[in-house]
Amino acid sequence: MVARPLVDESISIIREAAAQFERPALLFSGGKDSVVMLHLALAAFRPAALPFPIMHVDTGHNFPEVIEFRDRMVEQCRVQLIVASVQASIDSGRVADVQGPRSSRNVLQTVTLLDAITEHRFDAVFGGARRDEERARAKERVFSHRDEFGQWDPKQQRPELWGLYNGRHRMNEHFRVFPLSNWTELDIWEFIREQRIELPSIYFAHRREVFRRDGMLMAATPFVERLPNEEPFETTVRFRTVGDASCTAAIESTAANYDEVVAETATARVTERGATRADDRISEAGMEDRKRQGYF
Amino acid sequence: MSTTLKFATVGSVDDGKSTLIGRLLLDSKAIFDDQLEHITAVSRRRGDDVADLALLTDGLRAEREQGITIDVAYRYFATPRRSFVIADCPGHIQYTRNMVTGASNVDLAIVMVDARHGVVEQTRRHTLLVSLLGVPHLVICVNKMDLVGNDEAAFQAVIDQFTEFAAKLELRDVTFIPISALNGDNVVDRSPDMPWYQGTSLLRHLETVYTASDHNLIDTRFPVQYVIRPRTTEHHDFRGYAGTMAGGSLRVGDDVVVLPSGLPTTVAAIDGFDGPCTEARSGDAVVVRLTDHVDVSRGDMIVRPNNHPVVTQDLDAMICWMDDRAPLRPRAMYTLQHTTRTVRAVVTDLRYELDISTLHRNTEATELGLNAIGRIALHTTAPLFVDDYHRNRTTGGFILIDEQTNATVAAGMIAERGR
Repeated sequence: MVARPLVDESISIIREAAAQFERPALLFSGGKDSVVMLHLALAAFRPAALPFPIMHVDTGHNFPEVIEFRDRMVEQCRVQLIVASVQASIDSGRVADVQGPRSSRNVLQTVTLLDAITEHRFDAVFGGARRDEERARAKERVFSHRDEFGQWDPKQQRPELWGLYNGRHRMNEHFRVFPLSNWTELDIWEFIREQRIELPSIYFAHRREVFRRDGMLMAATPFVERLPNEEPFETTVRFRTVGDASCTAAIESTAANYDEVVAETATARVTERGATRADDRISEAGMEDRKRQGYF
Repeated sequence: MSTTLKFATVGSVDDGKSTLIGRLLLDSKAIFDDQLEHITAVSRRRGDDVADLALLTDGLRAEREQGITIDVAYRYFATPRRSFVIADCPGHIQYTRNMVTGASNVDLAIVMVDARHGVVEQTRRHTLLVSLLGVPHLVICVNKMDLVGNDEAAFQAVIDQFTEFAAKLELRDVTFIPISALNGDNVVDRSPDMPWYQGTSLLRHLETVYTASDHNLIDTRFPVQYVIRPRTTEHHDFRGYAGTMAGGSLRVGDDVVVLPSGLPTTVAAIDGFDGPCTEARSGDAVVVRLTDHVDVSRGDMIVRPNNHPVVTQDLDAMICWMDDRAPLRPRAMYTLQHTTRTVRAVVTDLRYELDISTLHRNTEATELGLNAIGRIALHTTAPLFVDDYHRNRTTGGFILIDEQTNATVAAGMIAERGR
């Protein structure tokens, strides 16, 4: 069983943000962390409905299984869904689409996200990021301030003492709130197993057409242009993280159910981002730099 | 279910703190292959011979450039006995506020001491902060024992120096462990090189230190965080008060009083994450329902009839000033956040500034600058429900917020008058 202090801390953070902010929203990608976060948020206000909408930043490069799952969750949980579309940002000329085999719309999401926050006048958005994921995230506060440009300033983080979170801000500034800060990947999976939480099917082993790139297994999808030597082949894989189809890699795995995935996670020797995220390999401080600009 | 221990490590790079953390993480297999490859590659690129374990926790660009820890990093590892959260805190004085952030809610703090130098100013400062923050358990890791020939006398000298200094502080549980972080001596396993040391290894100590009694299980305090009112046909009359128990316990059927109104009522039901429960204890996030329709809102507190916190608009507190833009001055007005209640407060008196090395109280001080520690008196615009910080860290702690910048500018620890 996942330690209840961890669960209680997350619920307490979610309620605190709901109390302090006027217009929060919960970022929901259909990935396991956002699914767990939604599960906890629903529990935090039961029997009342979720007092804020959920928002999906949609790159348009999705795994169909994830979109199908997202829509089913929205139906089941009776939550309001806002879709912020990267394609719409491209069509309106806010950003230029990326081209070529190694391109990914991952970085474009920042503009779409910040535009949606402005448009809906959100003053807080919940994110499912965990401190064990990445070294810049390990440094971030639970209530993380963003200036009017959506920027994070890691050198001016507010001291965060005891369970006291200071969410005060000026007009047009906002906060990112991270209720799962202290969870590890294994905690997430143990909780999913314990609560029998439904996930997109691609988290479990399945046959898929993939190709090898930089030592990673990328899904062969219409969104990724393959180089001449990148021959697709079919094998049994699952996804350890779920994001944009152009920058999320699969891992070879036969773990087909909760128990098998928990066992695999417990013995993994590579971090989830190291194994599956092409976008994190950019530089030593890739995540910090993106976060400074307003990324998740 | 295994328990979790949150601990802070305090010290500068030179003390071997990063090496110690790296050792704990490596030996508990909490470092992944790609992380190790990454720091090995970065170290090699810089021309270092060995992998710099500090790179595991120094995650910000500025930290890597300067080779120092600026902000708290959180790391996680587990052994079969316990799960651990490490708050790796900066030791440099200019980042005191970040150390205070990391150490405010831990069960235990490890202060690193270099066996060659003994107790230095930095040790005194770190220990004072740990004591002020009421961290229940303290471990003094006397590191680099290999460089003093694993000599018992060197270890004993540190104990003597420390004991003399710490006599004036409020420390409940202090343990001294002689280690060599580099060689792993007494970190995970007892070292054969220090046969005179009869205690446990650091990891064994962390696995077994008893923390269950650190929570206040006596004084029932339930600050109302959020009122749940579904407004649906099905739950038309539902009124639940959500919050996290800040002390003691509540059971269904208990007589309670709601502050500030003072109205008596009874606990009708308690719901936790796993559904209805008969009891909520310190730390539990629950929804409490009451038998009577009394007026309760965020910032109110549910307590027992015969055990009340102090209801007051006048506070005495030790504070750590954390603003680099302006000092604290008497007569200044701030926003004060305490449990789920937010009020405004004026500084009515700066009683003294505490010299962190000598513990001398300077009553002539006219302001408190960045990282200064002092005793102040505050008057608030509305009553707060408080306890002495050393009795309850949740109901005894508060923050001050600058009303212009919205920055958190002070950590406050409520003290009884005259103490």
